[in-house]
Parts: sequence; structure tokens; C-alpha cells
Amino acid sequence: MTGIWPDIVAHGALIWQDLLQHVEIVFISVAIGCLIAIPMGIWLTRRPRLAEVVITVTGLIQTVPSLALLALVLPVLGVGLVPAVSALALYALLPILRNTYVGVRGVPAGTVECAKAMGMNRMQVLSRVELPLAAPVIVAGVRLSTVYLISWAVLAALIGGGGLGNLILEGLATYDFGLIIAGAVPAALLAIAAGLLLSWLQRALTPVGVRRLAAGERGAA
Amino acid sequence: MSEATFRGYERGFQVLEFQQVSKSYRDGTIAVRDLNLRVERGEFVVLIGPSGCGKTTSLRMVNRMVEPTGGSLLLEGRDVTSYDPVQLRRGIGYVVQQIGLFPHMTIAENIEVVPRLQGWSPQRRSERTAELLQLVGMDPGTYRDRFPHELSGGQQQRIGVLRALAADPDLILMDEPFGALDPITREQLQDELKRLQETVHKTIVFVTHDMDEALRLANRIAVLRQGQLLQYDTPAEILRNPADDFVAQFVGRHRLAEMQVPHIVRDIMNTRPVTLGVGASTEEAFALMQSRQVDTMLVIDEQGSLHGYVSALHLAHKRAVGRTLGEVCEQDVAVVGPDEDASTAFNRMDQEHLQYLAVVDEGQLKGIVTRRSMVRALAAAIWGDAQ
Repeated sequence: MTGIWPDIVAHGALIWQDLLQHVEIVFISVAIGCLIAIPMGIWLTRRPRLAEVVITVTGLIQTVPSLALLALVLPVLGVGLVPAVSALALYALLPILRNTYVGVRGVPAGTVECAKAMGMNRMQVLSRVELPLAAPVIVAGVRLSTVYLISWAVLAALIGGGGLGNLILEGLATYDFGLIIAGAVPAALLAIAAGLLLSWLQRALTPVGVRRLAAGERGAA
Repeated sequence: MSEATFRGYERGFQVLEFQQVSKSYRDGTIAVRDLNLRVERGEFVVLIGPSGCGKTTSLRMVNRMVEPTGGSLLLEGRDVTSYDPVQLRRGIGYVVQQIGLFPHMTIAENIEVVPRLQGWSPQRRSERTAELLQLVGMDPGTYRDRFPHELSGGQQQRIGVLRALAADPDLILMDEPFGALDPITREQLQDELKRLQETVHKTIVFVTHDMDEALRLANRIAVLRQGQLLQYDTPAEILRNPADDFVAQFVGRHRLAEMQVPHIVRDIMNTRPVTLGVGASTEEAFALMQSRQVDTMLVIDEQGSLHGYVSALHLAHKRAVGRTLGEVCEQDVAVVGPDEDASTAFNRMDQEHLQYLAVVDEGQLKGIVTRRSMVRALAAAIWGDAQ
């Protein structure tokens, strides 16, 4: 049994290069997703009726098969990194948007009222009370998006976006099983690593008081 | 209108005044109707009424958490709507039920919210926190870095009160702050709050639906129902003279207890004092004193007017054998009217070392107030008319 190790070693340099590119694509996509979805999610908490519409529409994007979406952006944005990242960023929106909305809405109304009644302005209520309390939920959304995107980003290679998808596509085209493995395994490992990293971040961002509170409740249950 | 900065904590305000204040909603609900209310500096005013009576809405209009739809609300003589709401709120303490503390902030951070908003230096904030914690007997070293959930309900609500005091506002609004606590803790906190208010001299407007709490804390109580003010008076006056049946019912059992407290002389006097006519002999007087077990009796004339008194001691001293009471009686009887205040009568007996007061109305002897009748009246008020 030769295993997959020789394949990975054989393509070492190539894998490393594609892996970095993969990380880059995912990172940029998630970052764009955050930049759009977090402010929008916060804004939507002030407009609950509109929020339902927006979240439903964003959900629809999620249901478009990724292959189809990539094909759709192709005629508009052409090939390369930009169309790939644009398509992936669209996918990143929903989990982050929904979690931001749910997270901020989940801050007890009484707590927000109290912050306001003590003389905090809108921004202070947001930055000192709502966001710290919603942070764990928002980060959970980011984590979900990131893990999804790591696997979907493989398809970015189809429209010239690069990344680990390059190896897999090449392997498929040349019937080279080793190349497919060399692309798929690092992608899977990357997804696991990113998931762990973001779980840690989620815990780190959970305010100490809230974390202990949750732990206490679990202990009591 | 120009927006002014409210600096209640610097200048101090004289009065909070509701002038014909109303609040109605678009669906036609009227939460508050033509409310007129004056809160003097240093007063502890309790707004009370059943749920939906507009008490919380009224409170929240003070710091512009709710905007009135009619009338005006004056703070330091100026309409609150002329203040910037954020600045206004920083100058007014605010305590709410339960969830008021921020769960992600330590006790110190919670207390320091408003001082921070006002830009106090970290050192000044920290000193203030220590000072406040000590005020309620909580060790700053132990509690400052704890989180709200690590404290008991009573301790959390103490912090809630301290937080309202932190920036030293003159006016503090409290919306059922002790509603969620168990009865024992609640009473403890009520006592502490009362004591605190007496030391820090804050003006407090307090909302509750609990009459016990209102009576315990208030200088004045405002009873509201369906958005209308039914009565605004001292606790004693509300108990004694409820404005209508609703207030009477709301005051309930307290009123019954209070009603038995006598407040005029007529309520406590003994209507059948031991008396004899002016023509009676001293022997008759001695005999009557013996049979009724008294050492003093009042002497009246044929028309029932008070003529004077005789005591066993001075009958003996005057060697009054064979003379009539009219001839031997003393006339300097301490007299009181039947409609005079009972407590005044009581004080007089105490201060002038009197054994009794004769109750005289238009010259007629109506009764007598003795120390014994006082004690009986008070005992009846406290323990009821149990025989």
C-alpha cells in the first residue's frame, strides 16, 4: 500500500502554492462577506420587516448551485480571481448576515433600553453592549461561511480563480488520481483547521461574564 | 428650540413638574391623561397603580425614553424636550427591574458606565466605585472584578442602585427595582434605599404596584389608574382620606388598620367620667371614689357644665366634712375640646404631667381623657379591638 503520502510529497511545491492561493481566495471572500453582511445585519435589526425579505433573498442565493453561480458570473465578470471571489462572497453573505441579525436581536431588549436610558448614544449602545453580547453568534456565522467557502473555493479554479481546485481539475483532466488527492486532502485539512481556529476565536470573543454564565447554567442543568 | 445640555449633577434642579402631560398612541390608546404632578427637591415620590395605569410611561417621559404627546414636563423649570436626550439621561439616574446590569461587564464596569460616558479619569472612577460599594457594605476588593451572575439577586439590584448613583445625579428614576426579589431581600433593600436616600438626599421617583413598598418608602404617593392621577398625597393622608373608592380599595387592608388610629379627642375620650353634682356632699364623693376605684372626680352643675374637680387627697386635706363639693372643689381643670387633635392632647398630658383632661364642648362636660383611655385607644389601633 503506497497511500496518499507520496502523491502529496511529489506535488509539494505546487500544493503549497495552491494552498496559499486558496486561503487568499477564501479570506478575501469572507472578508468582503463580513464587510457587507455585518453592517447590513445590524442595520436590519432596526427594520425587522425588511429583514425577513432580505434574509429570504440572501437565502435564495445560497440555493443556486455553486457551479451555476460561477457560470453566471463568467459572462459578466470574465475569468480570474475577481469573478471567483465575487461569487464566493455572495455565498458567504447569508450565514454572516443571518447570525449578525439573530445575534444582535438576541440581546435582551431590557439591556438595550437600559443602556439607552443611562445616556449611551446609538453608536455606544452598539459598540459597548450589542456587539460584545452578539459577538459569539456573529463569529459562529463567520465560521460557517469560512468552512463552506473552503470547499466551494475548489470550484473557483473552473473560472480561473486558482487555488487547490487547480490540482483537482488537472487531476480529473489527466486521470491523475494522485493530483486529485493532492488537492482534496489539503482542502479538507484546511477546512478543519479553519473551523478550529474560528471556534477558538468565538470562545475568545464571548465576554467572560457571559461565558461563565453559560457554563454555570450548564453545570446547573 | 435650541438643545441644551442637562447638567443636573452640577447645578441641581429645583422641581420636576408634569403640566397637563399626556401620552397617547396612534392606535388611540391613551397611556397618560392630563397628568399634573410636582416633585420637590429631595422628595421620594412613588407612582403606584395597577398595570397599565401609566405609571411607567410617566416615569419614562422624564428622561425622554418616551416622548409626551401633550402638555409639558419641566425639569429645572425647563421643558425636558429642550435638553439633548443623551445628555439628559446621563444626568438622571435610572434603575430598572432585573436585567439592568450588563452581563459582559464586571461590577466595577457596570457601576462606571455613566462616569465613563462623562469622561471621568480611570482613577476617579475607581475611587467612586470603591466608595459606593462600601456604602452598601460590599467589599470593593471582593466584588469589583466579579460578574453580575456571580452575585445574588439582592446584590445585583444593589449594584443597579449604585450604578444610578455613580455620577451623583440629583434625580433618580426607579422602575419596580425590587419587583423580582424575594420578600425578605426586598424589605432589606427598601430599608437600605430609604437610609441611602436620607444620607445622599436624592430626589427619587419610584414606580411600583406594591402598596407596602409605597408606604414604606414614599414621602408622597401618586395613585394612578387608566392614565389618570387619582390622588397625590402623603401616605398618611392617602390612608386616612382616600380620594375615591378605587384608592380606598387599592390601599386596602392598610386603610382598615389605619382607620382605627384615633386622631381626634372624641375618638379616645371616656364618655362616662365619674362625676357628681355641685350639691353633693364630700361623704358621697368619698363613697363614689371608693366604689369606682378613682381618686379624682369632676364636679358638674345642674346644666352639666364643668365646675371643677375634687381629689381624695385634697378632700382629706381640707377637712371638708359636711360641706358640698361646690364649696370645696378646685377649678383649675385642664380642658380640651372634643375635636382637637388626639396627639396634641397626648403630648399635653405628657408635658404638663396631667393625669387627665376634661373634654368640654360649649361649656358642657362631654367626657374625660385619661392616660388609661389613651393607652386603650392605642392598643386597639395596634392589636385591633380584641377583648
